[in-house]
Parts: sequence; structure tokens; C-alpha cells
Amino acid sequence: MVLAAESGLRLDLDLFDYLILILYFATVLGVGFAARRAIKTSADFFLSGRSLPAWVTGLAFVSANLGALEILGMAANGAQYGLLTLHYYWIGAVPAMVFLGIVMMPFYYGSKVRSVPEFLKRRFNKPTHIFNAISFAVAQVLIAGVNLFALALILDALLGWELWVSILVGAAIVLTYITIGGLSSAIYNEVLQFFVILAGLIPLTIVGLVKVGGIDGLFDAVRSGPLGDAALHTWSNTGSSADNPLGANWIGILFGLGFVLSFGYWTTNFAEVQRALSAKDMNAARRTPIIAAFPKLLIPAVTVIPGLIAVITVKGLGADEGDLTYNNAIPLLMRDLLPNGVLGIAVTGLLASFMAGMAANVSGFNTVFTYDIWQAYIKKGRSDEYYLRIGRYATIGGVVIGIGTAFIASGYGNIMEYIQQLFSLFNAPLFATFIVGMFWKRMTPWAGFWSLVLGFLASLALYVAYLTDAIAFNSALEQSFWGAGVAFVTAVIIAVAVTFFTPSKPDDELRGLVYGLGGTSDGTAIVSGEKVWWRNPVLLGTIAVVLAIALYIPVW
Amino acid sequence: MAENNDQVDQKKLSAAARLFDVRRVIGGLFVVYGVIVTLIGLFDSQAEIDKAEGVRINLWMGIGMLVLGLLFLLWLRLNPPKPPDPSDLGTDDDRPPAH
Repeated sequence: MVLAAESGLRLDLDLFDYLILILYFATVLGVGFAARRAIKTSADFFLSGRSLPAWVTGLAFVSANLGALEILGMAANGAQYGLLTLHYYWIGAVPAMVFLGIVMMPFYYGSKVRSVPEFLKRRFNKPTHIFNAISFAVAQVLIAGVNLFALALILDALLGWELWVSILVGAAIVLTYITIGGLSSAIYNEVLQFFVILAGLIPLTIVGLVKVGGIDGLFDAVRSGPLGDAALHTWSNTGSSADNPLGANWIGILFGLGFVLSFGYWTTNFAEVQRALSAKDMNAARRTPIIAAFPKLLIPAVTVIPGLIAVITVKGLGADEGDLTYNNAIPLLMRDLLPNGVLGIAVTGLLASFMAGMAANVSGFNTVFTYDIWQAYIKKGRSDEYYLRIGRYATIGGVVIGIGTAFIASGYGNIMEYIQQLFSLFNAPLFATFIVGMFWKRMTPWAGFWSLVLGFLASLALYVAYLTDAIAFNSALEQSFWGAGVAFVTAVIIAVAVTFFTPSKPDDELRGLVYGLGGTSDGTAIVSGEKVWWRNPVLLGTIAVVLAIALYIPVW
Repeated sequence: MAENNDQVDQKKLSAAARLFDVRRVIGGLFVVYGVIVTLIGLFDSQAEIDKAEGVRINLWMGIGMLVLGLLFLLWLRLNPPKPPDPSDLGTDDDRPPAH
């Protein structure tokens, strides 16, 4: 029996572990019912009535990104690429989050839009709006399905639940708490999940480090292992892409990851931006992504480090398939190191983060579907109660379609990676369109539309060429850097070119949407002062960036 | 859209929303988790301690979670959710009305 347990991923949960798990689900559902009391209008449902404090929206912001796919994936990258994975947390996140808070949030929050597509409608035109709203809605539902499928896979591996049981149970819980509690309940659960997942990862890291003899012992073991010394540096071996395990050079890291991919993801992804839009005032909205940057700086300590520990302690890790793939680094460590009790917490944290990831997608979807598709083009001018009801139906529809895509996903081996990549590429042209449109008031409505469409098609073409082996890359990762770069450059060129042939919008229609044109609520807040220093977005943002740079020094 | 009505609604709502504070949820859950895991930690068998490389991880994490939970409840106690008051509304100028 011991041998059977050793050979698989199966965890030996006892009564108390299940008690911990059940308590969590009960709390999540309770939050949904409690949040319901606070919902009277559609704005309450979709934007939490714009009433939340910055620390709540900030933690929800980081948590919406801290889905289980991200946690397992980053531990896998840690095992595979070593400390180079830190780039995803530092240069690949912090500057973009700070930029969103300091520069872009005044336009988002100040223009009173309720979604990212709605911003595009005001800045450009309806075709741009429709294209973005529909592609976002489809992407969110697909990713929700992938999250659901991944949740089912992990429940099957760890607890031996049948796939369909896990998919239905997971979907039912998310459906219940989002349908009744709306965004408030999604956000509250994200904050709760943030602490639970940390409570699961911290003991894993502590026990793992004890096992390998502390950080020094870990680094010594990695240095003399197959990864070698190159895996313990972040920049010093990136002069050429051949010298480091990541297979990327510093230009790719700086511009591909640090600029296009990262800014594209963090600044235009509505599932993230929505958290900030639900903040109680402009200052809280601006601090949302900046507050989120601080935990983001430290999270690799409990994802990348466990990945490295797994490489040292789990024999045979890195198999192409089966239980010993890199993706299972964290579940394997849980099996080997955690006694019942904290094991229950860790399993709960993992399940919670899958559900939070899915909930973020679903709550982004229902907002865009209701405001940007239904209210804008299908049934205009109905009562607010009507749209609140549509929002609840959209949630049900989104989850049901998500279940469908989860079952489709279960038919493929590696679809998660592909879908994630496909839709992260979606954001690169969007970011280009945004950044040009926000800083160049002459950019025309049709320039917005064509730069978005052609930028997307350019990245799609490169992706298809990669899939069909027409163009070779060292890794899927390298392809994603290039795809983002190509999409970005294409979108910028098209934006400029089309602008010269089509009419601009008058300045009056662009107030509050474009840099340099003050709006009704006045976008001048970019350098706004705040009485207390710890509420000043610019100062907090600067501290976050300086910390990111300082953290690089010991692992240069 | 009747913005004025919405704004009245919004005031009422914010009050309702504040009655339900996420700190109470986090604090409550972590106190319960802390107690459960601490108790498990106190009665851990040698095999379980050995599994965690000799670290009494249940005991330490249990106490840690209990403290975190109590800190959230303490924060709630010291700085309770309050109905909208002038100092809160002062920052409302730049808040967009609900749509």
C-alpha cells in the first residue's frame, strides 16, 4: 500500500484534511449569500458598487492572477529554468502594474467606463468595441473551461475523484457564489484564497528548505546538478540565448517579456482591471495594482524555490509525461513533505486558487457580455433590474459553456498551454492600440479597429506557422516572446498608417480618454499628491520598482 | 440613466456593504483553521514529524494561522466598518456614479 501511494500522486487525506476542505467551501458559499444582501443594482453586481478599499482590491488583483495554473506553472518553470523564472515576477510584472496604477488608471477609472471594451468604444468606435468585446468574452469562457479541466485533473490525481464529478462540483460552487454574490463575492473569495494558498505553500517551502539544508544547501545542490550555475543567475548569462536554461537573451526578456507581454497582460486584461474599477475612489483604484505589486515581488519565494527543491529531492522529475512532469512539482512535494493537517490546507489552497481563477474569468465575462454586448447592441435602454438579471443569466451561461469547453479540453493533451499562449497573444495588439490611442489624440477610430484586428492576425499567423513547423523556434516560450513582439509592432504601424487616411475624432469627444486632454473628472491626477505618504500611488509605485531592482542584485 | 437615484442608492448600499466585512471572514476562517491544525500538531505522531523532516510544521503553522486570524479580528475591532461619515464622503468627489 505504501508502494502504491509512493508511485502515484495520490495524497493520503484524512478526516481532518477533508474537514478543512469542507469548511472552506462552506465559507465561500456563505460569502456569496452574505454578499447578496449588498446587491441592489447592476453596478453592485458587476463592480461591487465601486465601494471596496484598496487593500481588498489590491489583494484580489494579485489573486486573480494567482490561479492554480499560474502557481503550478511557475513552480514547473522554476524546476526547469531555475531563477530565470523570477523574470516573470519582477521585470515581467512589477513595472507594468505600476504603470497601470500611475499612468493608465486615471483614464480607466476617471472616464467612468465599466469595462475595457467600453473604453475602446469611447476612444475609438463601435466596430473596435464589438471586436474586442466578443473576443474577450470568448477567451474568458474558454479559459474558465481550461481552469475547470485543470482543477478536475488535479483532483483526479491527488484525491482520486472522477473527472466529471470534479468538473460539475467545481462549476456548481463557482456558479453559486458568483450568480448570487456577483463581483463582491468573487473578490472577497480571492482575498480569502490569497491567504489560504500562502498558508499551504509556506509550510511546503519551509519543510523543503529544511530537507535540502537551507538556501545555501539548495543552491549548492542546484549548482552541482544538471541545471548548473546558470540556473542561479537572472541576468549574467543572458548575453546569448544559448548560455541559459530559459533560451532567451536579455533583449527578448527586456522587450518581449518585460514590455510587450507584461504590459499587454497587466494593463489591458479586463479580468485584472475590473478589480481596480471596483475600488471606492480614484486613489484606491490607482493603488490597486501597486499594492498588488508587493506580494507579487515575494510570491516566487513559495513557487520558484519549491520548484528548485523538487528538482533536487524528487528523483526523475522532468519526465515528458506521467506523474513526474515539471507541472507536478508542487503536488509531488505536498505528497512527500506535508503531514495531514497542513496537507489539508495546501490542497484547499490549490482548489481555492483554481476556483478563484475560474471565478475571475466568469465575472469578467458576465460584465462584458451584459454591458458591452447585450446592453450595447441587443436590448438597449431597459431597466437596471433587467440588466442585473441578464448578468445572472450570463453567469449561468458562461459556466455551462465553460463546462462544455472543459470536456472538450479533456480530449486534448496539452491544450492548456496553447490556449493560455493564444490569448496572452491577444493582449499584445490590444496593448499597442491602447498605448498609441491614449497618448496620441490624432489616432483615428478606424486606426483603432484595424490595428487591433491586424495585430491579432499577425500574431495568429506566426503562431500557426509555429504549430505547422513553417517557422522554427527554440521553445514555445521563445515563440510567445516573438509573437507578442510581432503583434505589437504590426499594431503600432497600422495604427499610425491608418490614421493618415481616416478622420480623427474631435477633441471634445476624447476628454478624459487621452493624455493631455483634461476630462470632466480631470485626468490630471497623474501626479496628484495625497496627504499620507502610504496612500500616494506615485511614491508606492516607485518603492515597488526600486524593490524589484534591489531583489535582482543578490541573484544577478 | 437616472444618475440621481443611483447616487442615493449608492449611499444606502455602501452602508449595507460595510456591514459585511471581509476581515471577519478571513479572521473567522483562520482562527478555526488555526485551532484545528494546532490541535493536530499537538498530537502529531512521530511518523508525521519525520515526514516533515523533524519540523513540527502542523504546530507552527497552526499557531501562525491562529495569530493571523486573531490579528484580522483585532483590526476589525479597532477599526470597525462604519456607516458613511463626512470624512469618508470627502473622498467621493472623484468616484464615478454607479451606472
